[in-house]
Amino acid sequence: MREIIIIVLSAVLVENFVLTQFLGVCPFIGVSKRINTALGMGGAVIFVMTFASAITKLVFDYLLEPNSLEYLNIIAFILVIASLVQFVEIVLKRFVPPLYKALGIYLPLITTNCAVLGMALMGIEREYSLGATVLFGLGAGLGFTLALVLFAGVREKLEENDIPESLKGFSISLIAAALVSVAFFGFQGLF
Amino acid sequence: MVANLLISASIVGGLGLLFGLGLSVASKVFEVKVDEKVTKIREILPGANCGACGQTGCDAFAECLVEGKCDISGCPVAGDELVEELGEILGIEAGSTVAKTARVMCSGTYDNCKQKFDYSGVEDCVAAANLYGGPPACTYGCVGLGNCVRACPFDAIVMVDGLARIIESKCKSCEKCVVACPKNIIEMVPKCNEYTVTCKSLDKGAVVRKNCSVGCIGCRKCSKVCPVDAISFEGTLAKINPDICTNCGECMKACPVNSIKRHKCELV
Repeated sequence: MREIIIIVLSAVLVENFVLTQFLGVCPFIGVSKRINTALGMGGAVIFVMTFASAITKLVFDYLLEPNSLEYLNIIAFILVIASLVQFVEIVLKRFVPPLYKALGIYLPLITTNCAVLGMALMGIEREYSLGATVLFGLGAGLGFTLALVLFAGVREKLEENDIPESLKGFSISLIAAALVSVAFFGFQGLF
Repeated sequence: MVANLLISASIVGGLGLLFGLGLSVASKVFEVKVDEKVTKIREILPGANCGACGQTGCDAFAECLVEGKCDISGCPVAGDELVEELGEILGIEAGSTVAKTARVMCSGTYDNCKQKFDYSGVEDCVAAANLYGGPPACTYGCVGLGNCVRACPFDAIVMVDGLARIIESKCKSCEKCVVACPKNIIEMVPKCNEYTVTCKSLDKGAVVRKNCSVGCIGCRKCSKVCPVDAISFEGTLAKINPDICTNCGECMKACPVNSIKRHKCELV
């Protein structure tokens, strides 16, 4: 039980993929304008990460490792991730068209979101069991969502503020992102 | 060696095949039906994505039409025929639309209008207009740096001697130039109203005369000769009411400063 909590919490807070490992920064900046779309994107990423972690683990353990084809891991994992993303896209288009429109290009771009691939590769590297890998994937997805939603909140507040002309738009967003990231480094050494 | 190749190829290939099959099943199960009317309408729309209808582009306009939220005459680029076709697809009677065109309400070329100074700044009408009202002596006149030319998606505007000219046969009345002009001298008029007072100056006659040789000085000769009383005055500026005008051309003959111009009507 203790181990489960540690894996999930450390993936969410201490090793937050976006804010402390700087993976998946593109959608982090791109889809964090509104809390609603940030939540939608987060949901999609949680889904993709959780399932991708399980499937990549199975693919690695039962297909690649026995045939000593570990070097194929990136190509095989990308295949898994791309299919999952495509699946999420089809489902969202059918059931939540407004969210599908709001996410736009960032939805198919989860395919190349390095946070997802990074999570899959890290899970393998740390030799987690299947269950632990899934938890790690879930935690990573939750951490991504947390970062996105927190930052979307910051950005929504920013819009109401009086920002100097030269810092308007992306500049102030990047500065805010850096500050949020600094705050997350405070979790370092929690476990 | 060969076995290795085969194994790796078949593993990756097999995975790809498996996922591909899964996805094709999913896409059948979760299929989204696109209304075929939308595709049909999208095909016949001009496709310039100019946004003059108020939607983000032709795709959005097509959807909006099918949903019944937009008017079929909402696309200013579409001609009568196209509107009729749209009406047929949607099963709505098409109301007649009057073909419009943008027209530059100024005749101040370099020869006609004095220049206050030589402008050598940014090639942008707004920037120039902010500098003492722009280089032309007339503060109402065309700045001549071509914001409208750059805004036009149909290449229908050219700059001749510091004055924007609209090639009316090419104009699709998307109104982009109207928005782009900082002096508000481009107006939408019915294409077949051939005569217009091409001046917007509200200055007094003497001031206009000093600045520009073709500006309307408010002498009222045109309104006197007009057989249908279509010409009204805003201060010293004549304006022809397109709803009343019969294209007789008497006003152009009467105008002492050649401020009234004829634009031949060519309906496409």
